[in-house]
Amino acid sequence: MAVSPVEVSHLVKRYGDFTAVRDISFQVEEGEIFGILGPNGSGKTTTVESLQGLRGIDGGEVRVLGFDPSTQAAELRRHIGSQLQESALPDRVKVWEALDLFGSISEAGPSWQRLLDEWGLGEKKDARFGSLSGGQQQRLFVALALVNDPEVVFLDEMTTGLDPASRRVAWELIRRIRERGTTVVLVTHFMEEAETLCDRLIVVSGGTVVAEGTPSALIDRHGGGVKVKFTLDGEDTAWLSTVPHVTGWDRERNRYEVRGEGPVLTYVASALLDHGMAPSDLRQERATLEDVFLALTSEDGGSP
Amino acid sequence: MTLLLKMTWLELKLFLREPLTVLFALVLPLIILFVMGGVFGNEAQADIYRGVGAMNYYVPAYVALVAASVGLISLPTHMASNRELGVLKRYRASSIPAWVVVGGQIAVTFVISMVSALILISVALPVYDVPGPDSIPLVVAGFALVALAFSALGVLLGAVLPSSRAAQALGVMLWFVMLMVGGAGPPPEVLTGAMGTVGDLTPLFHAVRALQDGWLSLDPGLSWPVVAGITLASATAAVMFFRWE
Repeated sequence: MAVSPVEVSHLVKRYGDFTAVRDISFQVEEGEIFGILGPNGSGKTTTVESLQGLRGIDGGEVRVLGFDPSTQAAELRRHIGSQLQESALPDRVKVWEALDLFGSISEAGPSWQRLLDEWGLGEKKDARFGSLSGGQQQRLFVALALVNDPEVVFLDEMTTGLDPASRRVAWELIRRIRERGTTVVLVTHFMEEAETLCDRLIVVSGGTVVAEGTPSALIDRHGGGVKVKFTLDGEDTAWLSTVPHVTGWDRERNRYEVRGEGPVLTYVASALLDHGMAPSDLRQERATLEDVFLALTSEDGGSP
Repeated sequence: MTLLLKMTWLELKLFLREPLTVLFALVLPLIILFVMGGVFGNEAQADIYRGVGAMNYYVPAYVALVAASVGLISLPTHMASNRELGVLKRYRASSIPAWVVVGGQIAVTFVISMVSALILISVALPVYDVPGPDSIPLVVAGFALVALAFSALGVLLGAVLPSSRAAQALGVMLWFVMLMVGGAGPPPEVLTGAMGTVGDLTPLFHAVRALQDGWLSLDPGLSWPVVAGITLASATAAVMFFRWE
């Protein structure tokens, strides 16, 4: 059986008296986009920086590609790519110069000329870093992260500070990294980003993992169920309570709201047809990851 | 090794893209030379300038001075700025070793100081009729040691100072104080009392003496070992205090 590229168990990290990471455990599987989600100050960045050997740890065990980041950082970093929060390049460095420098670190990896084209920076080859837009800087950072053909890439708040259009472009980039066969660990506080991109994720709050799973499993588990809504004129609908997966319903004049869980929409639709009814506006309202996130990370957090 | 060469070349280009830094490193020494030359000429007087002509005295002194300006001002400012911006963190995450980061800075300091010194010498020798060095190997060795000493001091400053502003302020201050009392400004003989004592303690004072040893065969005293000691102590401290972020 293949070993998981990233294994973290009971990670603890303190800064003086402040415990940034209390107890975080998770595993990342090969080839997935794994999300670490959490509010500011929840320990996300500390966690990924520990995984790269940029921070010493105070407890627990971490393995990345089989390496221990606290003792084998140099070796590990040859196999991983990194996009860091709060890191930049000198303003006056040109795009090609940065790629050339980082490209000469390792023998492996694609030529920087190829990365330049692949990440749409060909026209900006001679542009100085300081003159690039936020989106272009991010693309350069992604290209730099891939310059050694890494097996795992860590992206920390990559889309923070980007406008919505650039953010969508960045998401496309992240998918493309995965298509290369690279495992992606994505730190974010944008729910939409996590919901769109991540195969699995953990929600971190106060230095601990408060939830783990696929985005849709988390929504099912913590999203407070599903609402099915439709409009129907004055029929007897008492049978709604007997439809499987329905937990309750209300009507206000001709507008119905049926509460339930899981595949309730399909069952309600089928039952409606059985009763010869076909409302044209049948729809489902599902909680988003954002609702889940807010529920999990609010003061009383944790309970669904 | 390729990486170090690439880093050095890149840092050199970055240096040259900062017009003010270039002006400071390459043009300011010439201005000082012309001012001092205009004021003092090059007539030897027994009681000042160690008994040699002012320009004969100043040319080796200014070779030390340019190394000090690049090493104490440009280097730490750039290094602290790289830390502030997260460039060093970025390097570290991509496994660029510290010795490459620091090595690139030292190499740039060497190259820029050397170019600046050569410009200075090639102007001063014909204009003020200054004789060439008595011993070229000794001057080359002196320059290498002096440039290394100021690089090491600069790396130390770059390592301990929190921001590029702080590095620049302190660097300029140190450089200016040394220029005034360290033997590259007023003749050392006129600096008496506390000024003279402080001046004798500055690294520049000893750097100047080491270079004047090779150039003018003037007694270096303990300057060679002192400069070597400064290099060693600064380098050790720099290794201890080097921080990526």
